[in-house]
Amino acid sequence: MARIIVVTSGKGGVGKTTTSAAISMGLALQGHRTAVVDFDIGLRNLDLIMGCERRVVYDFVNVINQEATLNQALIRDKRNENLHILPASQTRDKDALTKEGVERVLNELSETFDYIVCDSPAGIERGAHLAMYFADDAVVVTNPEVSSVRDSDRMLGLLASKSRRAELGQDPIKEYLLLTRYSPQRVKLGEMLSVEDVQEILALHLLGVIPESKAVLNASNSGTPVILDEKSDAGQAYMDVIRRYLGEHVPHRFIEQERKGLFGRLFGS
Amino acid sequence: MGLIDYFRSSRQPTAAIAKERLQILVAHERSERSKPDYLIALQKELLDVIRKYVHVDQDAITMTMEQDDSREVLELNIVLPDESERRPMHR
Repeated sequence: MARIIVVTSGKGGVGKTTTSAAISMGLALQGHRTAVVDFDIGLRNLDLIMGCERRVVYDFVNVINQEATLNQALIRDKRNENLHILPASQTRDKDALTKEGVERVLNELSETFDYIVCDSPAGIERGAHLAMYFADDAVVVTNPEVSSVRDSDRMLGLLASKSRRAELGQDPIKEYLLLTRYSPQRVKLGEMLSVEDVQEILALHLLGVIPESKAVLNASNSGTPVILDEKSDAGQAYMDVIRRYLGEHVPHRFIEQERKGLFGRLFGS
Repeated sequence: MGLIDYFRSSRQPTAAIAKERLQILVAHERSERSKPDYLIALQKELLDVIRKYVHVDQDAITMTMEQDDSREVLELNIVLPDESERRPMHR
């Protein structure tokens, strides 16, 4: 039985796909057989972030409609054999995803994988609903910014009421906060909500803080999950997230401003 | 971050404003979310009962549910029509 993780946020552009790519690659790096599924039907992008856009032949909707087998649609990552990608369809048909179809595909994936990472689309429409419906764990990706925090809280309400676990009266989905695009400098200046602020408002277990980083754009430019950039702050922060998720005790980093010399403080970037 | 930035931005700590606004908003939205589903059905049935005796408009009834630490208060506000003036009646 695989563990199903949804990466969700409500708001768009906060880093869901970047996070899905990083988390799935991170789990694969730790030796877990992992599938990452793009639920953003019509606006497929996970393939691009993972760097396999030219290898897409069949997609999620083809498998649901039984036009292709799961094995035909799954793309095996060239960097890590534990990782497979199921791309979204580019169809404009909003009803292409069905609850029964998604359940069947997830059940089949469960037979061979340890983890299934569901990359949710923005919003609270069908794709987002089905991405979280079958989840065991939820990574709520939030920026330290008012609209993102509000939308995350809205998603928490939906996770608690509109999931299979909620409907069947099972243990609730485990919810984790992932704070992304964090800038300790701006927090120190009082320009940005701090980790503590966001945690106080959302009352969530903190899985990690990903600093605002040039490495993220560089990674997406080249189709490489940022977690593979081991030298970068964002890459290291995501690796910490994986180790924490798997149960290791890893202290939080990238929350405090880096210390600079006097010269740097006065004239620095 | 340079010296000029430091003086320019330390005047207005906007993060504190953001936090306060969010705390109020999130608390409000959570209370809306936790309202029981039967509230709308209850409102409709109550209105039907009242209409058996008095003629009131659909929007003449408002219902709010408030919660403090120890109790929940269901407040029902019906505006009854009057010949000379509209007189609100609280219950």
